[in-house]
Amino acid sequence: MADTAASARRADGLGAVSVGPLDPGPALDADAPAPAGRRHLGQVGWMAIGIASVVVALVAGFVVGPAGPTWWRTALELLDRLPLVSIDSGINEAQWNIVWQVRAPRVVLGGLVGAMLAIAGAGYQGVFRNPLVDPYLLGAAAGAGLGATLAFTMLRDVTAGWVVDPAPAIAFLVALGTVAVTYVVGGAFGGQRGGVTLVLAGVAVVSFVTAVQTFILQRNVEVVREVYNWILGRLSTAQWDDVRLVTPYVVVSAIVVLLHRRHLDLFRVGEDEAATLGAPVARIRLVVVIAATLGTAAVVSVSGLIGFVGVVVPHFVRLVAGAGHRRVLPLSLMFGASFLILADIPGRVLTDPAETPIGVVTAFIGAPFFIIVLRARTRR
Amino acid sequence: MRKHTLRAGLVAGTILIAACGGDDEPAATDIADTSAPASAAAVTTAPASSAAPASSAAPATSSPAASSAGETSASSETTEAEGPQAVISLAPTHTETLFAIGAGDQVIAVDDQSDFPAEAVEKVTDLSGFEPNIEAIAGYEPDLVVLSDATIQPQLEELGIAVWVGMAPTTFDEAFTQIEQLGAATGHVGEAAELVGQLRTDIDSIVASVPAPEAPLSIYHELDNTFFSANSATFIGQAYAAFGLQNIADRAEGDSAGYPKLNAEAIISADPDLIFLADGSFGESPETVAARPGWQDIAAVANDNVFVVDEDVASRWGPRIAEYVQFVADSLEQVAVSAGG
Repeated sequence: MADTAASARRADGLGAVSVGPLDPGPALDADAPAPAGRRHLGQVGWMAIGIASVVVALVAGFVVGPAGPTWWRTALELLDRLPLVSIDSGINEAQWNIVWQVRAPRVVLGGLVGAMLAIAGAGYQGVFRNPLVDPYLLGAAAGAGLGATLAFTMLRDVTAGWVVDPAPAIAFLVALGTVAVTYVVGGAFGGQRGGVTLVLAGVAVVSFVTAVQTFILQRNVEVVREVYNWILGRLSTAQWDDVRLVTPYVVVSAIVVLLHRRHLDLFRVGEDEAATLGAPVARIRLVVVIAATLGTAAVVSVSGLIGFVGVVVPHFVRLVAGAGHRRVLPLSLMFGASFLILADIPGRVLTDPAETPIGVVTAFIGAPFFIIVLRARTRR
Repeated sequence: MRKHTLRAGLVAGTILIAACGGDDEPAATDIADTSAPASAAAVTTAPASSAAPASSAAPATSSPAASSAGETSASSETTEAEGPQAVISLAPTHTETLFAIGAGDQVIAVDDQSDFPAEAVEKVTDLSGFEPNIEAIAGYEPDLVVLSDATIQPQLEELGIAVWVGMAPTTFDEAFTQIEQLGAATGHVGEAAELVGQLRTDIDSIVASVPAPEAPLSIYHELDNTFFSANSATFIGQAYAAFGLQNIADRAEGDSAGYPKLNAEAIISADPDLIFLADGSFGESPETVAARPGWQDIAAVANDNVFVVDEDVASRWGPRIAEYVQFVADSLEQVAVSAGG
């Protein structure tokens, strides 16, 4: 989109400054001193805000729920569980079980999912130099859905003997393949990969993948519910096992994406310019895309398809904290976590004792919010 | 139907707004369309009370149309006096009813989910009630098509084929009315009335045979492991309400469809005395329920009062309703024994 070029050029000081060091290749990890930038808050200030948002969201997520103890008792109990603190919260064992065994895994898993979707979105947007790209648009999520469908149908016999759960693994492979096809198609016809063509290619590829999935499901009505449950996710039935399952994927892919923050700043100037400055453009793009897709497929396998986080959160961060990736990436990670944790709360309490799917809440909050962000961007 | 349209509209709206980011969601919508009738009759439940009587008029008005437009099927006209002779059922519930009221000989084909009674199995085809193919149905040259979902009714009637629709009811009385209507539509009024009378007598005597518990008991009916449930405003919920059992899903008042998705915390704190699992074929069992974190404190789990139900019987509102009522009675007896012992 023209917007990409504009935002890259605009670069509100930050991007241009952080591109400054001309040795981006080996200096991947070198934390160059923070450029002052025009924002009021420094890097430390923003990181503190990010961490604070996660803490606030976590506490809110822990204490608010349709059942269990009163919220302030839960808060007291949480304090009590901290080392060196002893408070009698008046909570009995059964009530604490509800908080710790039922609610807590869901809150933590929501945070991991939100963090991963947001940083993956920021990563994709960085390497494709396109602010509209997110895991959904590129087809990562649709591919993961098709992969899961295949795992439950045609590949069920083949994968019966696998040690690992085949659904997430196949979901990842198909997701990666789908993103690759989107990218190749978008590049082959568009010439310039950052343009509208990539978005249109994503639309076409997602439609195709979705059609294949629908066809397979129609041939296998008996697994529809299984696949549907998988796609809808089990955030509402999360257990600590789910948290253990996705944490490694999220940590690895988030670290890989974070390590490339300086390269992504180079990309903002332009691919040719980045190459001129010595950045291995093709390799960087491949690594970031694989990492982001791996993380997305892993969280989609437990959370189901949750839209909007990957595009809204990075946009919000760019709006408030600037477009440099040393802020966009970590802040997307943290704000993504707090956004999804908070978005899950209405799902739990609004229709008590029934559930409202989190995807409804994220879209309900996210869509108007996104429009506000877009307006704010175009006005500046 | 209205509920379903509303949901679909919500999703569609979401997609529109999210056009730049949410291109994946049409997949979910499509799947929702196909799976909803499978998982529960949720989509068709809401209007059942109003729609059932309305659709009952359909055969009456469209049967003549069928004969006048049916130049191609002259053979069926000759036997019209005895009712339709080429019936297709695309709903397992109605298949059971057709055979129970003696209309089985008139049935020429049933859908791929109809598996009861044994005589019906011989007539199973690859026709689907969830994804009905109008051409395939018309290819059998039926003179009556029995459905549990009105989606394809207009197209079939356009072809001059009579249609009878009986959507998932919310009460036993509505279910009985459907049996009587199906009897009228197929020329078996007497048998249908007899069956309904028998069912009423059986259910009354089963309910009367169970002594009322000292304190009211509560139940949780689980449709799947994401905690979709059925409240008392469903035909299956009626089987519990008949015994005066309190359904923990009844508190979800906003959900008019009758099949709310409950929150795990809410289920645990509601502390049901009995749990009925309608997801046994999806791997759930008393053991897996007991292993769920936090569920060990539920009375039903602690007292071993978790029961796996026959999913077919529990999801069909046909002649086997009384069987399900008997199953609930047996479960209650076991609860009483374990409480006494």
